Amino acid sequence: MDNLCSLTLKEAIELAKKDSAQPILDAFAKRAEALNPRVNAFLRFNASDINLPLTAERLPLAGVPISIKDNICIDGREVTCASKILAKHVPPYDATVIEKLKNAGATLFGQCNMDEFAFGSSCETSAFGPCRNPWDLERVPGGSSGGCAASVAADMTLAALGSDTGGSIRQPAALCGVVGVKPTYGRVSRYGLIAFGSSFDQIGPLTKTVEDAAILMNILCGHDPKDSTSSPEKVPDFTQALKRDVKGLRIGLPKEYFIEGIDPEVEKSVRQAAEIYKKLGAEIKMISLPHTEHSVAVYYIVAVAEASSNLGRFDGVEYGLRVPSKDLREMYFETRDQGFGQEAKRRILLGTFVLSAGYYEAYYLKGQKVRTLIRQDFERAFKEVDVILSPTSPTAAFKIGEKAADPIAMYLSDIFTIPANLAGIPAMSLPCGFKKVTVTNSDSHQGCELPIGLQLMARPFDESTMLRAAYSFEQETGIYKKKPKL
Amino acid sequence: MEINIEKISELARLNLKPEEKHKLAQDLGAILEYVKKLDVLDTKDVEPTSHVLNMENVFRADEAKPTDAARKALQHAPETEGSFFKVPKVVQR
Repeated sequence: MDNLCSLTLKEAIELAKKDSAQPILDAFAKRAEALNPRVNAFLRFNASDINLPLTAERLPLAGVPISIKDNICIDGREVTCASKILAKHVPPYDATVIEKLKNAGATLFGQCNMDEFAFGSSCETSAFGPCRNPWDLERVPGGSSGGCAASVAADMTLAALGSDTGGSIRQPAALCGVVGVKPTYGRVSRYGLIAFGSSFDQIGPLTKTVEDAAILMNILCGHDPKDSTSSPEKVPDFTQALKRDVKGLRIGLPKEYFIEGIDPEVEKSVRQAAEIYKKLGAEIKMISLPHTEHSVAVYYIVAVAEASSNLGRFDGVEYGLRVPSKDLREMYFETRDQGFGQEAKRRILLGTFVLSAGYYEAYYLKGQKVRTLIRQDFERAFKEVDVILSPTSPTAAFKIGEKAADPIAMYLSDIFTIPANLAGIPAMSLPCGFKKVTVTNSDSHQGCELPIGLQLMARPFDESTMLRAAYSFEQETGIYKKKPKL
Repeated sequence: MEINIEKISELARLNLKPEEKHKLAQDLGAILEYVKKLDVLDTKDVEPTSHVLNMENVFRADEAKPTDAARKALQHAPETEGSFFKVPKVVQR
């Protein structure tokens, strides 16, 4: 049965169309049931009551299982954002991406663990326990879409939808060795995605292969009248971009992304990837994105400001947790105290501070201005190159607890992913190699390998070029075929 | 950087447990210290970016469509009365 779980999305769809999706669903239900107690990738999943529509096999996704980060609303199914404050909340409508998946015949399978309200880079801030990395269960899967990445890597689902505000799709994809795509801001409707940083958030796929990501991009992208920030830009057929051809493609290596503090093995692996592109006929150029070092600071001003404002709606009045109190005001304060975890509180307070009278100009406005400088860095760079190549994260997966006490160290693990969100450009991560580590606290095996992620960034709305570059590398190296031992 | 954690938590409508206050104030101070490094950049003549798409005045057709979202939303609310959300007393005597 397990071999059905190792299928790619593409292979599973073909099989389901020929036969039925039911055996595939049964295999995933069985595997998820067996592995989830160890990995904690799913907060909830369908084990038995999967109702496959009779006509599913005729639809593009043919009834196969797709999992959803637990901040995307599904009509009639509990959603938590991995927070106690949304306890028992059942959304009354489908997010646009969910409607699209249903129309394409997907079976909505697991609801994936995440950092609380997507605040984090390790999945440790989940109110329902950390998710674990399938390559080494003592390590984090990355975050915030950690459950999505871990479930795809562990073959507990065929693919997953995550959300990316500062790297929340790409960083966990890198740490778990899967493909993760953050589309251009505006490509995918945010309607029904519980908001974190509204000018950054984008929904995107986490998959086993680049082809699988392109298949899902075709379904997810497109203008939505329900999201005023959704773009009317025409959506190409992304599967048409899947060609092994990078001849003449100009690929930029930003010197600011190869800095001190980056794991030497990560750097080596990414530089090797550049060599492979060169061998395949691409032109490699050193470029400069001079304001890179400021991106984390900008992000932790602007994104937390948006977050504190977005989280104002969690007050115990309309949904989720309510702590009974003597008056309305006390109810707000108590509900929010008991409902939010530490990182959520930290960001709400920080966001409230940078927006407060007397500090707005020094922090929030300053942050927005430097955001412009970072956008301009990319505009200049994309005059010289077609794609930018970098590490996705400075390190491979770190140990659970290693960075939990130091918020700035944790924030810096997103230094290479944040700039794409600030500029709104498309970016993705794909596996490019492995780092060998020794396992000290396990007697079952002596060493393990941790995946390393390669990040590709492209011009706004040019996901096709990015996917073509990713596909060429993936097919040349075959790294994606390696699986964690569970 | 010193920040008034009492005032900020009041603005954020967020009670903090006594044991949280010190640590959160410290964390915030450290983060604000870190973001202060933006001051080295001269941004006098730079326009702020609030949004990357530069789309303005986006409207959609104002059409009535059937939905039962309101009924379903009330079903899962903490407390309701009729078609309203119910909250504790606002004004104390």
